[in-house]
Amino acid sequence: MSTTTFDSSAVAAPTPLITPPPMAAEEKLTKKALTADHPTWCPGCGDFAVLAAFYKVLEKLQYPHEKIVCVAGIGCSSRFPYFMNTHGIHFIHGRAIPLATGISLSRPDVHVFVFGGDGDGFSIGGNHLNHAARKNIKLTYVIMDNFVYGLTKKQTSPTSPQGFKSKTDPIGSIDRPINPMKQLLASGATFIARTHAAQVKHMVDTFERAIKHDGFSVVECLSECIMFYEGSFDDSWPKKGGAFEIIDETQHDVKDDVAAFKLADLPSPGKFGVFYDVDRPTKNALEQKWIDDTQAKLAGTSQKDLLKKRLEMMR
Amino acid sequence: MSTATAPSTSSSTTLRNAVIRLAGNSQDGIQSIGGILARLAGRTQQDVVTYMTIPSTISGGPSIFQLHLGSGEVLHAGDDSDVLVAFYQHSYDSHISALREGGICFYDSGEVTGLKNERGIHHIGIPFTAATVEAIGGSARDRGKNIFVLGLLCAVFQLDKEKVTGILSRQFGKKDESVLRNALLAFDAGFAYPIGDITTFNFEEGEHKDANRISTDGNTIMTLGLIAAGVRYGSAYPITPWSSIMETLRSELPRYGGLYVQAEDELAAVSMTIGAAYAGHLAVTGSAGPGLSLKMEALSYASMAEIPLIVINVQRGGPSTGLPTSVEQSDLMQAIYGSHGDCPRIVLAPKDVEDCFYIALEAGKLARQYSCPVIILSDQALSSRIEAFTEPDLDKHWVEPTLDLSDRGADFKPYPLDGVTHHAPPGTKMAGKYPHVTGLEHDEWGHPSGNPKMHQKMTEKRRNKLVSLSQKLPLPEIYGDQEGDLLLIGWGSTFGPIKESVNRLRAEGHKVGAAHLRHLHPMPAHLDRLWAKFKDVAIVELNDSGMYGYGQLATILRGAYAEPKIQSICKTDGLTFRIREIVTGVEKIMSNH
Repeated sequence: MSTTTFDSSAVAAPTPLITPPPMAAEEKLTKKALTADHPTWCPGCGDFAVLAAFYKVLEKLQYPHEKIVCVAGIGCSSRFPYFMNTHGIHFIHGRAIPLATGISLSRPDVHVFVFGGDGDGFSIGGNHLNHAARKNIKLTYVIMDNFVYGLTKKQTSPTSPQGFKSKTDPIGSIDRPINPMKQLLASGATFIARTHAAQVKHMVDTFERAIKHDGFSVVECLSECIMFYEGSFDDSWPKKGGAFEIIDETQHDVKDDVAAFKLADLPSPGKFGVFYDVDRPTKNALEQKWIDDTQAKLAGTSQKDLLKKRLEMMR
Repeated sequence: MSTATAPSTSSSTTLRNAVIRLAGNSQDGIQSIGGILARLAGRTQQDVVTYMTIPSTISGGPSIFQLHLGSGEVLHAGDDSDVLVAFYQHSYDSHISALREGGICFYDSGEVTGLKNERGIHHIGIPFTAATVEAIGGSARDRGKNIFVLGLLCAVFQLDKEKVTGILSRQFGKKDESVLRNALLAFDAGFAYPIGDITTFNFEEGEHKDANRISTDGNTIMTLGLIAAGVRYGSAYPITPWSSIMETLRSELPRYGGLYVQAEDELAAVSMTIGAAYAGHLAVTGSAGPGLSLKMEALSYASMAEIPLIVINVQRGGPSTGLPTSVEQSDLMQAIYGSHGDCPRIVLAPKDVEDCFYIALEAGKLARQYSCPVIILSDQALSSRIEAFTEPDLDKHWVEPTLDLSDRGADFKPYPLDGVTHHAPPGTKMAGKYPHVTGLEHDEWGHPSGNPKMHQKMTEKRRNKLVSLSQKLPLPEIYGDQEGDLLLIGWGSTFGPIKESVNRLRAEGHKVGAAHLRHLHPMPAHLDRLWAKFKDVAIVELNDSGMYGYGQLATILRGAYAEPKIQSICKTDGLTFRIREIVTGVEKIMSNH
C-alpha cells in the first residue's frame, strides 16, 4: 500500500506527506487507551456489547492508535465515535458511507470504521450502501440493527417486521422489511456477515475477519433496543430460549453467492456468521493503479511544470 | 500547407472591433470554428469575448456562436453583430434582426431563401454545403462546411492564415490523416471563394503586447486554478453546465497524484468531498443550482464542523430544472443562506474568464485559513465563453498541496473559542485525547453540548471569523467617475457589460461609476463608502426583482445598509446583459429625479 497520496515527484527536496512522527516508544493499544466518553445509550442497550467487542478487536489487532478513524451518521448507534478515543467524525443522517469513502480513497494509510443503525444504513442512506458496495471501497461497516427507530422514540424502521406496532404504524407495520443480507449480496459487497450483540465472542471473531478483508466489509449486528423493541432478538438468544445457529463453513461455501442468497432466505431468526467473502480489486487499488501508471509516463516532471505545460497548450 | 490565395478585392477597411455571429445547428461545429477564431485572437494580441447558445436537447437544435474580436479591450460579446453567417433558413429568420444596419450577411444559398432587403444589409449568398462537398469530394456530405466558413471569414477579415491553419493542424492532426487533409481542403475552398466586389477588413494591430496570452473558457481555467491552488481530491455528480470541470479534474488529477470521484448523487458527492477534507486535503465539489440545493444539508454540517471545502456552483436558469443551458445569477441567496441554521460560509464570484483562475486560488486559501466552506458562484456564460488573457504566472501562484499530520500537543482543541479551528486529520498523533469532529453543537473539545451559553459562544465564533475576514477585504475600486449621478454595482459575469455601459454613459455626459463585488459573503466592510458620493446606486444582476422590486444582491445590500437609494436593474431572459439594456435601465433610474 502506498504511503504517499500525492506524488512526491520532482520537487527539489521531496517531503513525504504522510510521515509518522518519531515517538519514543509505541504505546500499547489497550481498552483504557481506547475509551473516551461514557456511552449515552440506555442501560441494557445492545450497543454496549458491540462497543466492548470493538475494543477487544482493536486490542488484538494493535493498529497504530492514530491510524484508526471512526465514522458515523445519525442514530443511537451512530454516537459510537464519541465513545472511542480515536480520530472520530460524527456526520449527518445517512451519509456516513460516502464520507468514509472520501477518507478511505484519499488516505490509504488509515483504517476506516463506520458505525450506524438500520435507518441510517438501509433507509436514508440506502443508495450509498449499494454504490460503496459495488465500488468495493476499502472500509468496514458495522450496522447495529435493532429493527426500530430509537433516537426518535419508536417509529417503524426499514427492518421492522410486518406487524410491528410503532408510533408510525399504530396497527402494526404493513410494509415488507428489507432483508439486509440479500440486499448486500445484490449490491456487490465483497464481505457480508451477520452477528448478534449477545454473542460477544462471535462478534469479536466476525469483526476481526471483516476488518482483515481487503474491500467493502459489512457486518449486520442484531442489537436490541431495550426501550422501544424489547425482546426483538430473543428468538436467536439462547439465554432467552432462542437458538443461535452459526453457519457451518464446511457446508457453506462463502464464495458462492447463490448459496448465500439461500441462507439469507431462511425464516427468522436465520443463521449467523459469514455469508459471503470474495476477493475483488478495491476501487482504492484500481484508482491507485491509474495514478501510478499515469505518473510513470511523466518521467518525473514536477507538478508545477505539468500545469505550466498545460497552460502553454492554450496559447 | 495551404496554397490558396485570398480573392482580390476592391478595398479594405481597418477595424478596431467586429462582432461575428455564426448561426446554425449545434451539430454543425460552429462552436468549434468559433473556438478557433477566439484562440487566434489570443495569439495575435487581440481581445475576444465569445457567447454561445446551446439547445438543451440531447442532439441538435438551433445554436449560435458569437465572437466579439477587438484590438483593444473587449468587455462583452456585442449587442448587434457586424457579420451574420446563416447556415439555415431558421438561422437567417431568427438572427437577421440582430445584424446591425449596413452589416454583412453570408448565407448558405442552398438553404436560405426569401431575403429581407432592409436596413442596408449586404447579402452574400454562397453555397456552403455544395462548395464544401465539391472541395472535399467523396461522401463527406455537409461535414466540413464549418471549416469552409472559417476559411471564408479568414479571407474577409484578413486574419493570419498561417496561424489559423496551424491551429487546425493541431486540432485535427491527432485524428486520421484524411481528417486534417479534408479540413484543410475545406478551409482553402472557403478562403479562396470568390465573394465578389465587397470590402474586406483588417484589424488594427492588437494592443496586448505580452507574449504569453492564452484563450480558453471559464470552466477550463477554473479547473486549472483549482489544481494550482493545491486541490487534489473531491467528488461530484454530472450536471450542466458544471460537468466539464469534473470531467477535466477526473482526467487531470491522476497526473498530479490526486483523484476525482464520480459519486452516485449530489449528497454523496459533497459527503465524499467533506471526507477528503476531513482527511486533511484541499478538496472540491461542484454542481449547478439544483445540485447545490441537494448539497445544502452537508454544507450546513461543514459550517458547524468547521471543515474547509471548495464548492463551485455554475449557475444556470432556474427554478427547478429551469433553463439548463442559459445564464442566470439567481443562486446568490441560496449560496449565502440556502442551508438550515445560522451557518456562515464564504461566497465568491469571478468577474470574467481570467478571474476564474484567481478566484479558485483565493477560494483554496480562504477555505484553509477560515476552515469553512467557500462557494464559488460562476455561471453558464462564464463556463463556456472564451476570452483571451495573460497566462497566469505559476511561479508566483503555485500552491504545493499539503497534509498537516504534525503531532498535536496535550492542549489541542478542535474548536477553540479563542482561535480559528484547524483540525488534526486522522493519522495525527495526539498527546492528549483524540478529537471528535461533529455536527452537533459542541464544546471546544468536540463533545456534544446542549449548554445554552456554549451554543451562543460557538455561534459567535463561527460568525466572527467571517466578520474578521470582511474587515480585511479591500473595498472594490470604482471604475469611471468617483462621484456623481449613479454608481453601478455588479457581481459575477456582468463585469464586462457593466464597464462598457459606464463607458457609453460617460460618453453621453453622465457622471457614472461602477464597482464590482468578488466577495459576496462576507462583503468587504464599509461598502457604503462606495456610494456615499453618488446620487443613485443601481445593482445590475441577472435575477428577478422579486416581490418588492429588488434583485438578490440589491435586497441584501438594502437590508445591510438600510440605504433607500439602492435600486435594481434585473432581467431573467436567460441571456447575458446587452449594453443597451443596462444603459436604458440607468437612464430610467436617473430620470426619476
